[in-house]
Amino acid sequence: MRWFAFSAVALLYVLHQDFWFWREARPLVFGFLPIGLFYHAAFTIACAGVLWLLVAFAWPRHLE
Amino acid sequence: MIPALVVFAYLAVVLYIGIFAFRRAAPTDAEDYFLAGRSLGPTVFLLSLFGTNMTAFSILGASGHAFANGIVTYGLMASSSALVIPVCLLVIGTRLWALGKRNRFMTPVQMFRDRWECRHIGTVIFVVQAVLLVPYIIIAVMGGGTVLRAITNGFIPYWLGGAIVSSVVMSYVFLGGMRGTAWVNALQTILFLLFGTIAVGVIGAGMGGFREAMEALLASPATAPLLTRERVSPLYFFSYTFIPLSSIAFPHICIFCLTARSVTYFRRTVVLYPICMLLIWLPSVFLGVVANQARVVPAIESKLEARRQLVTDNASLTAADRARLRAAAAGDDVIVRLVEGYAPLWLAALLGAAVMAAVMASDSQILALSTMFTEDIFAFYQGTARFGHAAQVMTGRIFVVAVTAVAYVIAMRIPQTIFDIATQYAFAGYAALAPLLVAALFWKNSTRWGALASTLWTAAAVACVAAIQTGIPAPPSGSEIVVWAVGDWGIVTRGAAGTFVLGLLPVVPMTLVSALLMIAVSLATKHFSRPSDQTLARYFMIGHT
Repeated sequence: MRWFAFSAVALLYVLHQDFWFWREARPLVFGFLPIGLFYHAAFTIACAGVLWLLVAFAWPRHLE
Repeated sequence: MIPALVVFAYLAVVLYIGIFAFRRAAPTDAEDYFLAGRSLGPTVFLLSLFGTNMTAFSILGASGHAFANGIVTYGLMASSSALVIPVCLLVIGTRLWALGKRNRFMTPVQMFRDRWECRHIGTVIFVVQAVLLVPYIIIAVMGGGTVLRAITNGFIPYWLGGAIVSSVVMSYVFLGGMRGTAWVNALQTILFLLFGTIAVGVIGAGMGGFREAMEALLASPATAPLLTRERVSPLYFFSYTFIPLSSIAFPHICIFCLTARSVTYFRRTVVLYPICMLLIWLPSVFLGVVANQARVVPAIESKLEARRQLVTDNASLTAADRARLRAAAAGDDVIVRLVEGYAPLWLAALLGAAVMAAVMASDSQILALSTMFTEDIFAFYQGTARFGHAAQVMTGRIFVVAVTAVAYVIAMRIPQTIFDIATQYAFAGYAALAPLLVAALFWKNSTRWGALASTLWTAAAVACVAAIQTGIPAPPSGSEIVVWAVGDWGIVTRGAAGTFVLGLLPVVPMTLVSALLMIAVSLATKHFSRPSDQTLARYFMIGHT
């Protein structure tokens, strides 16, 4: 699980380079949020999820 | 005038908290003053650590950059930081905390000196770190000047606004030390977390809904690219993922990592950090983009007019005209103008105070400078032993006043935006210093000579970028000046947005070369400068002894 959590961090780093929405503004999510901005907002929430995994499974207990 | 009065009332509250913290818990020793006795609780630790990272850059710089460049701003700084900074806090911050507690370190340089068994190399690292913190203080002065001038409609000029904010911050830092700074930061974080949601709601209602504004932006060829990233290259976008490495290398963040009562407090901080980023950066960037449609606000319309002139008269403009128009089109105060244009007066006043809260988050850098000077220089070179503790504190304060004065003078003279100054100097320099921290904590074979090579390289690279930026005026948008080429291949170029190396921001080669130097020089010198086994055991046997 520890390696899964670190792999998820690496995957997120790759997913940050979202060339697929590079030149697209539409669809406007909720009617006003350009898709590129929405993607990165969702990416930020995904970061919180992966960090929860890291804290749960890769926490440096020996430092406590 | 009411918003200005509320902002001044806020400044008074902040001063009171600093003074209150000072009186309530008069510092008993340096550790108590500079690190709050390593006793911060989980909530204050989270809020203040986050607040320390969110400066004028986060609200004014982000919205100003988004005003000119569009939604790309969020991906450049916020989403990459939401991943990289908490990972660094988890991996590096927790280890720093444990080592700091065990060995009673108060500054990163103290740790470097101990880890690599060096003296004067530590002093070199101190000098480079202190110089690289100056741009951060510059942006706080600029933010203070910008906000107070905008809120008072020019009644308080830029120079006076910057001076007032710098003086208030210095005062409560001096009086309250880390405890006062942490409490003020916690209050500031709450304020600007609330700010985003309220500002978006109020401005959206004032503009008659964002849907129409977005459709109007998309309908115009001049503004439609702001809702995509087509104006930046993927290489440029990638470069920005190196910038958040600077966060953990900043002395004020390292020092903040030492203030938690328990290492378990990092857990909540790490997980919630991205959510805090979202709550602050998404509204800032979105409002910065939307401001392009806020033509009914006269101050914003004049910025848009300056930008139009830059585009239409591009070829005929002199460098001086271009610089003047760029300054007129700069959007660092755009969020204040939006609030002023669409929010009712009382709310504009409160939101103005929240923006001021972000501007004043430079307190930690000032405290860090004071801590570093007193511990790494004055105490290290026997100043405390010779002249006593009172002299130690006094020289620390004089040093900080001098550095802030230098930052103030520079802030009054440079035409660049907050975003550019932060990313090109402070962030890039500290990202290049990150290999020092990683090597000290995780690589037994690293040596003081590797650290010195890495530090000198960083200083030289930042100086080169600064020389290019000041010596070569920015060319018109879309064109670039080749500064250094090999054959027909332009290696270093000067563009409208700054200096580039092979199309990348300088931070990428700076960080990679810094890491390579650390590795190569350490391997070359490990036979005669490897620290003793006892020292290495203290760093690499944590939790095993």
